[in-house]
Amino acid sequence: MTRADHRPVAEPATPPPSLPGRAGRPPARRPSRGRPSLLRRVAPPVLVVLLLLGVWQWAVTVLAVRPQVLPTPLRVVEQGWAFRDVLWANTLPTLQVTAVGFAVSLAVGWVLAVVVDFSPWLRRALVPLLVASQTLPIIAIAPLMIIWFGFGLLPKVLVIALVTFFPIAVGLIEGFSRADPEAANLLRSMGGGRWAEFRYVRLPGALPSFFTALRIAITYAVTGAIFSEYVGARAGLGIYMAQQKNSFRTDLVLAAVGVTALVSVALFGLTYLVERVVAPWIRGARR
Amino acid sequence: MKITVDGLELAFGDLPVLDGVSFDVAPGEFVSILGPSGCGKSTLFGVLAGLVEPDRGRVLVDGAPAGRETFGYMPQKDLLFPWRTVLDNTTLGLEVAGVRRREARDRARELFGPFGLAGFERSRPAELSGGMRQRAALLRTVVQDREVLLLDEPFGALDSLTRTAMQEWLEEVRGRFGWTVLLITHDIREAVFLSDRVLVLSPRPARVAREVRVDLPRPREVGVLTDPAFAAAEAELLDTLRGGTRL
Repeated sequence: MTRADHRPVAEPATPPPSLPGRAGRPPARRPSRGRPSLLRRVAPPVLVVLLLLGVWQWAVTVLAVRPQVLPTPLRVVEQGWAFRDVLWANTLPTLQVTAVGFAVSLAVGWVLAVVVDFSPWLRRALVPLLVASQTLPIIAIAPLMIIWFGFGLLPKVLVIALVTFFPIAVGLIEGFSRADPEAANLLRSMGGGRWAEFRYVRLPGALPSFFTALRIAITYAVTGAIFSEYVGARAGLGIYMAQQKNSFRTDLVLAAVGVTALVSVALFGLTYLVERVVAPWIRGARR
Repeated sequence: MKITVDGLELAFGDLPVLDGVSFDVAPGEFVSILGPSGCGKSTLFGVLAGLVEPDRGRVLVDGAPAGRETFGYMPQKDLLFPWRTVLDNTTLGLEVAGVRRREARDRARELFGPFGLAGFERSRPAELSGGMRQRAALLRTVVQDREVLLLDEPFGALDSLTRTAMQEWLEEVRGRFGWTVLLITHDIREAVFLSDRVLVLSPRPARVAREVRVDLPRPREVGVLTDPAFAAAEAELLDTLRGGTRL
């Protein structure tokens, strides 16, 4: 895949007579320095992973470790493939829980951040609470959620929202307040109020830090989903891992871990896709 | 439309910033404001643009109190937003004022030629040179169609060649469109080259310490720099400013 740059190249302007020509030149396309091709970006991590797997395979074989303790990576892949139907059947509920939980988290994060941005009083009141919410030990709260809300969707959604709304809210709050105060003055001189300032300056200006926060949060979301299922669920990768661990199928536990990793990476990559659709200018601005 | 600034006073807490600033601006006139750093020039613009309420004093347009829509304000930074194209940056003021997008774009587009930005409507601000960015910011101000343009050191961040070119360009387009301009600058030569009158502010708290009329024919070109009247005005302003910093 080549990363063609689709920015429109402007036509050369005819400069007014009193201007030196150099100011009226069309923008030169920037060299793609700092953005190597997809292959060159993907190759190093893939090589490192293959190397580590090779060492693992070799060590387990040479030391003759029992597969119940540590299976070889080949066995993990083999068994994972053999049980692909079960794995897939457990991946779907996890994806569903992640999606619903993350949607709730996004909604809560946005509402909180916008409210806090408009009201300094609420900022002072709520921000310490947000921070405090992150000191809750999820490992202790998650089983309680099961006791309170059962084995359905709700406790899992709550766990995911609890671990992921914080980076989103904080990313947005900081993004909003990163706006240049002089831009606010400019908007006011144009006759705009606080809403215009938010809409034209603070909101778009916060998008780069929002997407950074989104990437952090989405990886937490998958982990959160697995964890919430681990402590109790009817189906899902989390409960599947717990069951396989109890029957000493270490290979299947690790196969499920592999699936989790793939899901996380895919969702992480998806955030870049969303970013390019929603705010294509960020990519240019980051260079 | 005659603008009258009458006895503006303003203090930030215990710190007096403006101490009875008064002056007039006639329609079509170009007036520069010179003053030592930190004397309150930008604060004065803040008051005119309606961003800061003065403690005392009035700003009048033909005898009636001026509203926020009297002045078009161009801050020191160009403040072009990376998430908007150049065209959409220039229509910002119109959009905020509730003009429909299509009409706003049509009005702004007409000015891209005279502003030397034709062909860059769909570019991003990052693709523009420093001089072009300033012209885009000026276009954003001009297209709002206010009575008076407030330009706060518009060329301060440019290299000296670009700056000279921009001054000549501004002299030319201002003559063509007949704008009324108030310009803040540190640059005495720029002030003399562009202005009908130059006001020198005292160190903080600011008052109008002196007014120098520049009687040079328009349109002016670089040749005017060697005119004896130009040199005389420059010398007078330099003297006043030096006297001011010694205080």
